[in-house]
Amino acid sequence: MTAGRLPRSLHPLAWWGWAIGLAVAASLTTNPLLLALILAVVWLVVVARRSDSPWARAFRLYVILGIVIVVVRIFWHVLVGLKFGTIKVLPLPEVALPSWADGINLFGTIYLEGWIGAALQGAKLGILVIAIGGANALANPKRLLRSMPHALHEVGTAVVVSVSVAPQLAESVQRVLRARLLRGQSGRGLRAVPQVALPVLQDTLDRSLMLASAMESRGYGSRREASSGAAGRLAIGGSTLIGLLAIAFGMYGVLDPTRTPGWSGVPVLVLGMLLAFGGMALGGREIRVTRYRRDPWRWAETVTVLAGVAAATGAVLSQQATPALMVMPLQPLAAPGLPILATVGVLVAALPAFVTPPTPKVRAR
Amino acid sequence: MTTHDGIAVELAGVSVTYADAAGPVLRDVDLTIEEGELVLVVGRTGSGKSSLLGALNGLVPHFTGGTLTGSVRVHGRDTRDHRPRDLADLVGVVGQDPLAGFVTDTVEEELAYGMEQLGLAPDVMRKRVEETLDLLGIADLRDAALADLSGGQQQRVAIGSVLTAHPRVLVLDEPTSALDPTGAEEVLAAITRLVHDLAVTVVIAEHRVERVLAYADRVVHVVDGRVESGLPAAMMRTSTIAPPVVELGRWAGWEPLPMSVRDAWRAGAGLRRALADAPPARTSSLSRRPDVAGGARPLLSAAKLSVHHHDLVAVREVDLQVHAGSVTALMGRNGSGKSSLLWALQGSGTRTSGTVALAEGGDPADLAPAVRRTRVGLVPQTPADLLYLPTVGEECAQADQETGAAPGTCRALLDRIVPEIDGRLHPRDLSEGQRLALVLAIQLSADPAVLLLDEPTRGLDYQGKAVLAEVLRELAGRGRSILLSTHDVEFVAESADRVLVIAAGEIVADGPTSEVVTSSPAFAPQVAKVLGHGLLTVADAVAHVGEGPR
Repeated sequence: MTAGRLPRSLHPLAWWGWAIGLAVAASLTTNPLLLALILAVVWLVVVARRSDSPWARAFRLYVILGIVIVVVRIFWHVLVGLKFGTIKVLPLPEVALPSWADGINLFGTIYLEGWIGAALQGAKLGILVIAIGGANALANPKRLLRSMPHALHEVGTAVVVSVSVAPQLAESVQRVLRARLLRGQSGRGLRAVPQVALPVLQDTLDRSLMLASAMESRGYGSRREASSGAAGRLAIGGSTLIGLLAIAFGMYGVLDPTRTPGWSGVPVLVLGMLLAFGGMALGGREIRVTRYRRDPWRWAETVTVLAGVAAATGAVLSQQATPALMVMPLQPLAAPGLPILATVGVLVAALPAFVTPPTPKVRAR
Repeated sequence: MTTHDGIAVELAGVSVTYADAAGPVLRDVDLTIEEGELVLVVGRTGSGKSSLLGALNGLVPHFTGGTLTGSVRVHGRDTRDHRPRDLADLVGVVGQDPLAGFVTDTVEEELAYGMEQLGLAPDVMRKRVEETLDLLGIADLRDAALADLSGGQQQRVAIGSVLTAHPRVLVLDEPTSALDPTGAEEVLAAITRLVHDLAVTVVIAEHRVERVLAYADRVVHVVDGRVESGLPAAMMRTSTIAPPVVELGRWAGWEPLPMSVRDAWRAGAGLRRALADAPPARTSSLSRRPDVAGGARPLLSAAKLSVHHHDLVAVREVDLQVHAGSVTALMGRNGSGKSSLLWALQGSGTRTSGTVALAEGGDPADLAPAVRRTRVGLVPQTPADLLYLPTVGEECAQADQETGAAPGTCRALLDRIVPEIDGRLHPRDLSEGQRLALVLAIQLSADPAVLLLDEPTRGLDYQGKAVLAEVLRELAGRGRSILLSTHDVEFVAESADRVLVIAAGEIVADGPTSEVVTSSPAFAPQVAKVLGHGLLTVADAVAHVGEGPR
């Protein structure tokens, strides 16, 4: 076994890059064969490389959410969707809405073509969600926050605090609801709301304060001695903010060149990026935190991201070369074909299941 | 850093006043703590102990607000110019509830967090994490999720997480209050090791004085914001807060005054001989045996009671009866199923299988909550969960209304337990003991025949515990039955007739207090360890020997 195969957790950004690639591929197609292949690849990699942690167990929830999306999409198709096709499945009476909702008809005969089209639209979105859930299962969200640029350190920590306090909030609600029974109240109804909310809020506030005081006494936010001072901090914050606004404005110019003057496109975008990243870099320099066991970026991470890129690229190329193969042929209904480039891309995305180092087992206690 | 001839902490003329407070919480405190000392801070709740501890790293007043006059210097750094975060490399602070202070998910990351904030180099961090894991004996827990650890393990991780920054002073607020005797031993062993091996200065505040006194170099007594300090033996001569060995020593006139069970054992040979000669069985603990054999009515009986939480069995097929006129203590490790059992008995908690029956027949779980509390009352581990109104007076009035008791019943009960609590106070502003008294009064307004209490002694000072013991004895005297869970062996010795020991959800011992607690070294009270003969408290010894020669 070479050093590259020693069990370790992959850099969280690698998994996110991989998952976003697959999500892009899924968003470009309604071809059921290709969608099924993407789902299979996500499933395979998650099963092969997830750890036994709370966030990994949450993958199930994303799968359920994906199924719910498909069901909801079909429900809306039955309720208000545009019914098209020739093969009748379910003859439902059509209900026309009054004139203020002109053009919308409830129910109506369901045709196989329309029904399949709706199901595949739902599947496309559902599989996209499952791919993101895969990234969440493979990479600890808190570790992802640790990889954020230093300038966003404070935002990241605020998120970490809320992530830590949220489960305690649920526990505290449960505890107070049980305590209501001890005072002979059922804990239901509108009158119970303040009886539950007040102790829970006080409890949460106490805990947040205790956490904040612990962080304070452990040196959180102690900055470099030669700090840039209040004026410096204002300049850094200002340049980051103006930069971000300029990026948004420039992006608008690039995407819709017909309605905006030419200078507002690329030049503003570039200027905004310079300002924003400059501000972040300066702000990051001011914070002197270091990282314990920084996640390394090795060839396995690169391969994983490239595998995701391959899936997205294959889908984009197929859409340009053979657009007809990327969609389910509905009018007339026919068997879907296989777009070669997209298929190869998605198959490449299965590589991380085999080439990445295995996930370390938590030592038994 | 400059050198300071061995002085770790120096408080000069320190007074602390919080906003909207009537008077200062600390007044003119002068205190010098030398490097490498282990200082025990004692005092009643609300005496200003926590403010004193908070002042040591600047949390008071930088974080809490209020005004601090005078100066606090830690190894030459004045808290006036240094915020708590600027002292993080010098003072390590561990709070009462370690879980509430954890920032990360796993043991290893938690140990590294403070060092990351101080900007230490990664290789230094790796080395210190390994050293600390070994120092505190938690190396096998390195990957464990913090929430899965036991209380003693969590407390040791919390100590480790501040220790990695190599502080010169360690401040611990009630590190063993919530722990079972074994967990407390683990934590204290770790702390003494730090003092001996690393010469860390340690400042500990602790209600359970008996656990820490033997290790202390100096005792600081906080009374109403004023501070007295001295050698343990000198301070204990007059202290109102004294563990049983000290009280025994004072009564027996031992010189020097014993600070530990070992000291007292060596001094106590004569007394033990006198006890052997004295006529037996006149003692108070032995006389309050429960009538297990017959006579007393069981007020609540459980048969084959089991509680599962998902696939975890918290309580396994427990058979249990509690009798009229008795106080029963439920002891056992953290997480052994005590709370689950109490909640299941009351009927509001989960019960997976088995039966619970009241004396008059019927299952409390089948009753409406409002009726249920008139049969079986429960005071939960966090009593504040029951309170939601803005004043003590309104809480009491609400309790009378809920239970249909005559107006003023709850207030009268409260006055009997702890007199003279201002009815206009917000329940959050009460001390731990006063809040427990309020919730106890609310639950007693329903006049339940059986009263269950989940860890009522947590956070109570000696006086608070004495009052609670008296109230419970009085209730038992009126034919009620009390079942309480606790880690406090001294409290059990003072108040309980019968002890149940629960381990992994099963009852492993059940019998009169004097038999159960003396047969286990972890649960034996100090007097029992010193004197034997089934004596549990100083009062027992006095009654047994009489005031005669000793």
